[in-house]
Amino acid sequence: MKAAAWTLRLLTLALLAVYLIRPETFAAALAPLAPAGAPAVYTQSSVLELAAIHVAIAAVATVLATAAALALAVFATRPAGSAFLPLFRSVANAGQTFPPVAVLAIAVPSVGFGEAPTLIALTLYGVLPVFENALSGIEGVSPAVLDAARGAGLSPRQELLEVELPLALPAILSGVRLSAVIALSTATIGSTVAARTLGEVVIAGLATNNLAYIVQGAAAIAALTVLISDALGALERWAARRAGRG
Amino acid sequence: MITIERLTKRYDDDVVVDDVSLEIAEGAIVAVVGASGSGKTTLLRMINRMVEPTSGRVLIAGEDTRATAPHLLRRSIGYAIQGHGLFPHRTIAENVATTPKLLGWDKARIEARVDELLSLFGLEPAIYGPRRPHQLSGGQQQRVGVARALAAFPRVLLMDEPFGALDPIVRAKAQADLRAIQRKLGVTVVLVTHDMDEATSLADRIAIMERGRLVQEATPVEVLTHPATQFAADMFGADERPFRLLSLKSVADLTQPGEAGGEPIAADADRREALAALLWSGRAAAPVTGAGGERLGIVTLARLVEAAAAKAR
Amino acid sequence: MTPGAIERSALRLDRVGATLAALGVGGLALGPFVSARPNRIVDGVPHGLFEALPPSLAAFVALVAAAAALVALSQAPPVLRAFAGAAALACLTLALGQAPRHLTAPGDIYARVAPGWGYWLAGFASTLLIADALTRLRFRPLARLAALVIAGLAAAAAIGSGALDDLSIMKEYAIRATSFWAEARTHLALALGSVAAALAIGAPLGVAVHRVTAARGPTLAVLTVVQTIPSIALFGLLIAPLAWLARTIPGAAEIGIAGVGAAPAFVALTLYALLPVVGSVVSGLGAAPPPAIDAARGAGMTDWQVLAQIEAPLGAPTFLSGLRVVTVQNIGLTTIAALVGGGGFGTFVFQGVGQTAIDLVLLGAVPTVALSFVAAVVLDAASESAGAHA
Repeated sequence: MKAAAWTLRLLTLALLAVYLIRPETFAAALAPLAPAGAPAVYTQSSVLELAAIHVAIAAVATVLATAAALALAVFATRPAGSAFLPLFRSVANAGQTFPPVAVLAIAVPSVGFGEAPTLIALTLYGVLPVFENALSGIEGVSPAVLDAARGAGLSPRQELLEVELPLALPAILSGVRLSAVIALSTATIGSTVAARTLGEVVIAGLATNNLAYIVQGAAAIAALTVLISDALGALERWAARRAGRG
Repeated sequence: MITIERLTKRYDDDVVVDDVSLEIAEGAIVAVVGASGSGKTTLLRMINRMVEPTSGRVLIAGEDTRATAPHLLRRSIGYAIQGHGLFPHRTIAENVATTPKLLGWDKARIEARVDELLSLFGLEPAIYGPRRPHQLSGGQQQRVGVARALAAFPRVLLMDEPFGALDPIVRAKAQADLRAIQRKLGVTVVLVTHDMDEATSLADRIAIMERGRLVQEATPVEVLTHPATQFAADMFGADERPFRLLSLKSVADLTQPGEAGGEPIAADADRREALAALLWSGRAAAPVTGAGGERLGIVTLARLVEAAAAKAR
Repeated sequence: MTPGAIERSALRLDRVGATLAALGVGGLALGPFVSARPNRIVDGVPHGLFEALPPSLAAFVALVAAAAALVALSQAPPVLRAFAGAAALACLTLALGQAPRHLTAPGDIYARVAPGWGYWLAGFASTLLIADALTRLRFRPLARLAALVIAGLAAAAAIGSGALDDLSIMKEYAIRATSFWAEARTHLALALGSVAAALAIGAPLGVAVHRVTAARGPTLAVLTVVQTIPSIALFGLLIAPLAWLARTIPGAAEIGIAGVGAAPAFVALTLYALLPVVGSVVSGLGAAPPPAIDAARGAGMTDWQVLAQIEAPLGAPTFLSGLRVVTVQNIGLTTIAALVGGGGFGTFVFQGVGQTAIDLVLLGAVPTVALSFVAAVVLDAASESAGAHA
């Protein structure tokens, strides 16, 4: 079972690498899907470059979102910020009802077309999963452990850094994974506002009725997402073991 | 050693601890007992400022606890609670090392102290030190909890129902260990419990809390025989009192010259055990033997029954 | 000073309220209340509150906003806070409707006046004040639904009265009134229809993999991979097989199966909804405490009776909160359907993006958000009352 999963992972990675470096390798396989006379492989721009931008936007957005979400979650769980907790919760709840496309479209007029609105939309959207997970992680630390930490003489700051955050880490990482997956898939939609991501390949396929483009774009994004989510999942399990739960 | 002066804690209009004064001698074990909601845990937590008093003060070795920042104060006071509160992300050794590390001890000193404490609590350091809390049994986790509380040579050890989560056999062992270790280290212990057997068997003195007030503070024998209030009397249970009283002392000083047959009773056995043995075997007297098995005399049913009466003293 | 002393000190500020008051008043004082443009494409000119409105009206708005801010700052009871927030929001919005009349010449049909970030910030702060007050009131599910109906009626009255008709978004609406309602129907049908279809397939599937534990891992793994296919691509991928179905199966085209349009959108949305539906059924059924199941078996229940009488009722809250996630997700995702000609509010969003007309984007985005919000509140209430009964 474990060997099979590793084979699958490595195979996905290999196919993705080959496609990104030499997309024309798949020309013959994709040809039946392309309309007569149309190219089977997307060559208008380098897919490697598109993939790099795609991952970079998602990564920056996830990092920014994680930083913001952690700050909010830590603030809301300190005595000084506890009054804000219910409000943050309802804002986070309401925030989820905003479709990513709408956030994207609304960002365009203020920052123009391209990668910037995509980055903004992805960041805003990525805050919610990390915030909710960080909150439940921090609140999930057993009261006995916190009591013991205070009793042992940890200062509030040490309590946060040495007990609460390490114990909440698995939950936080699970939020980061969720956030990264959402970012990777929403970055695709970014192509509708001219962000240069792998979504460009799919949009080109939709515009020219070329199924081959749609398939290669979809497969590349799906492979990228599965691999990254898988890696973050492994990180999450490692953290859970370290937090003494495995 | 610990002086509690007119300590009061109020939450809005709710008086949880009401004007409690108490003197705790150096090296004593004091059990604070009372019904749930009587304020015993709050009283304990005001000693290390986990709860800030509304009024009154606490002195430890003559020094006002308010003179030190709370987290610094707590580094000099051991604290062990029900459910142990071990840090699940740290190894057993790291858990025990918590306070020494906060105090900035050097590595070798911490390591030596951790090994010493784990050995003292019967946990082989090489085996248990690198493990994580979830790999230990409940009894072992509890012992690590107490070891952690004692790590930085605290002057005072505060314990809140430390054995509450253990099954009876493991609990009895843990109580015996605590008594032995406390004797050895000479640390002052304040123990909150609702288990009256635990209070009478472990403590030098018992403090009884009732609706936030301290109603009696005395030796176990005094509390049993001369309860200050009806509540204090009820806490021990009318049908249990004579037997608890018997359990507080050994048969040694009831031993008288004479001859009796049957299974002997050890001189350091408590009087309750002796009574049970006589009743069960249907004898009026039994021989008493010393630690080496030598005959010291006999103990009679009549002396035991007499000793169980509160009025006798 | 001890905590008790702080509590007794006379002047205590509400921290949340103070933040919201600063946000709202700051936005109104520093930000443009509206942005006016000679036509719908060019850049807007910002106007502050006192430029955008006649002096008396502007003064009145400022007064109401200040009063609401004071209520927010103080330790006023939640009911009063909610009322203050609602009054501020209503006043801001109705005043916003008056700005075009003040700023543009009568009869100018090209001019567009849209809310500026000052309005958005003040409106956001007012909404948060209401939300915070409602949270503090701890409304029961039914009371929350009633609050939702009242808010809906108030919004409908404001729009229906024509007071907002001169705003840019309403002008866009006026041009497209017929197609707006047609797209609204399509959007609802796609979003809710796909959730219904996912329920029809996913609920039995969830029960099946709950009982056959060996099938659980693989099923959830496959559905997880489906979720990682980006939505645009999944819509696109379905064009070809559906077109093929329409060509080859007699009668398929007649019942609406086609390569482009609503059909691929519907199938894609259903596929996306499957994972959360199956997942929430499985975790819902798994939520029953083992002793309860043991006791039920001990009392002589059959497997099906245990499922129907113990596991299903105990799992209902988990399942319903899963359903909430799916519904909100699909209402949002339906906007993507417009890219494959599926219709829905996304049509306006993508037209707006294409024409760089923000008002048109908002005409698509605002109703989508409103729909999601309503669905979230309704299903939250359902999930909570199911939890109260279980």
